[in-house]
Amino acid sequence: MTELFIASIFGDNIALAFFLGMCTFLAVSRRVSTALGLGVCMVIVLMLTVPLNQLVYEYIVQPDALTRFGMPPMDLSFLTLVSAIGIIAAAVQILEMLLYRYAPALFDAMGVFLPLLTVNCAILGASLFMVERQYDFTTSLVYAGGSGIGWALAIVLLAAIRQRLEFSRIPEHLQGLGMAFILTGLLSMGFAALAETT
Amino acid sequence: MLNKRTLNLIGAPLRRNNPVTVQTLGICSALAVTTSVQTALTMCVALTAVLCLSSTIISALRQYIPNSTRLIIQITIIASLVIVVDLFLKAFVFDISQRLSVFVSLIVTNCLVLGRAEAFAMKNPVRASLMDAIGNSMGYSLVLLIVASTRELFGTGQLFGYTVLTRVEDGGWFEPLDFMLKAPSAFFIIGLLVWVGHKRNVDTPVAHEQHHTTVVISDHRTSHD
Repeated sequence: MTELFIASIFGDNIALAFFLGMCTFLAVSRRVSTALGLGVCMVIVLMLTVPLNQLVYEYIVQPDALTRFGMPPMDLSFLTLVSAIGIIAAAVQILEMLLYRYAPALFDAMGVFLPLLTVNCAILGASLFMVERQYDFTTSLVYAGGSGIGWALAIVLLAAIRQRLEFSRIPEHLQGLGMAFILTGLLSMGFAALAETT
Repeated sequence: MLNKRTLNLIGAPLRRNNPVTVQTLGICSALAVTTSVQTALTMCVALTAVLCLSSTIISALRQYIPNSTRLIIQITIIASLVIVVDLFLKAFVFDISQRLSVFVSLIVTNCLVLGRAEAFAMKNPVRASLMDAIGNSMGYSLVLLIVASTRELFGTGQLFGYTVLTRVEDGGWFEPLDFMLKAPSAFFIIGLLVWVGHKRNVDTPVAHEQHHTTVVISDHRTSHD
């Protein structure tokens, strides 16, 4: 379990090794404070949706899952994708409403990021990897936590470097997006090296 | 059949408004499947099929889609198409579909597909939307194939599985660069392509209409990954 947790933060980092959530990753990494806010939201939403999707997959969508409720055997696994997307959209929407009602301060801090995460490929990707690797409920919770923390760590680091780079001289056309890609590549090398030594 | 406007719709994403390097849409999949040309090509075909069909369908239904629920409807249409493509790949090219793992399913959240649906297909007639989809999928495929062929050629000395550069252990001179097969190399190559795309964009004066679409998409991109 610990190994999976560490691996999902460093070696199998969803942003730097699997390239998930890249659009948001590059668009929202200009300031450390916003990057941190988005990172925290990512951890929360992942830890909410991946275990939820695990339950739905195990008890409803998996081939022959419904037989335990006395239904005839059938294979609904082609619905995995639609159910995963539906659950993510619904969970994020409900979280947003709950925060708005019960924790307005938290809603003010996180509210901007939540809709952004609904159609984020890192969230969907983590759920799909969970199905592909057949994690059980606890494993999926650990995996979601690790992946979220890894993603948050990567975006905060990138934002910190990009803030510093505002004072350096970068070739004119490489400024902005091009440089962000190269920095991400360097970060990715660092994370992979760290994973090899541990 | 091919008038100037149509040609422009197809050509613009290829020449200067490349979806990946200039509009930064659909990067996730562009990076992940590019270790070999074969997987990249399969991904391109899958994306082209989904993008063309989704643009056509959404454009045809655009009068009937209520504005408030349009995202849900778009995602449902795209997700259904992706499931069809995914099952098709599993049925006919099982090995490659295993190597693409979840990335075909992730076309659903590919911002390129949703971005074109929202920015173009919702506002334009079927024919123009289809041409726009063809152009954008060609632009996407172009980048994917450049990245994939660079990585496969220098990572293994092969292209499409055929040896191009003979390796040292086979009596040749080429020492494969393992680095090319690892994740960071993809970031570097895309970074350099963005550099080239940006430079070309500044050098060639951009038509007014083109500017407009780019602006719409960059607004859009921040809200949907």
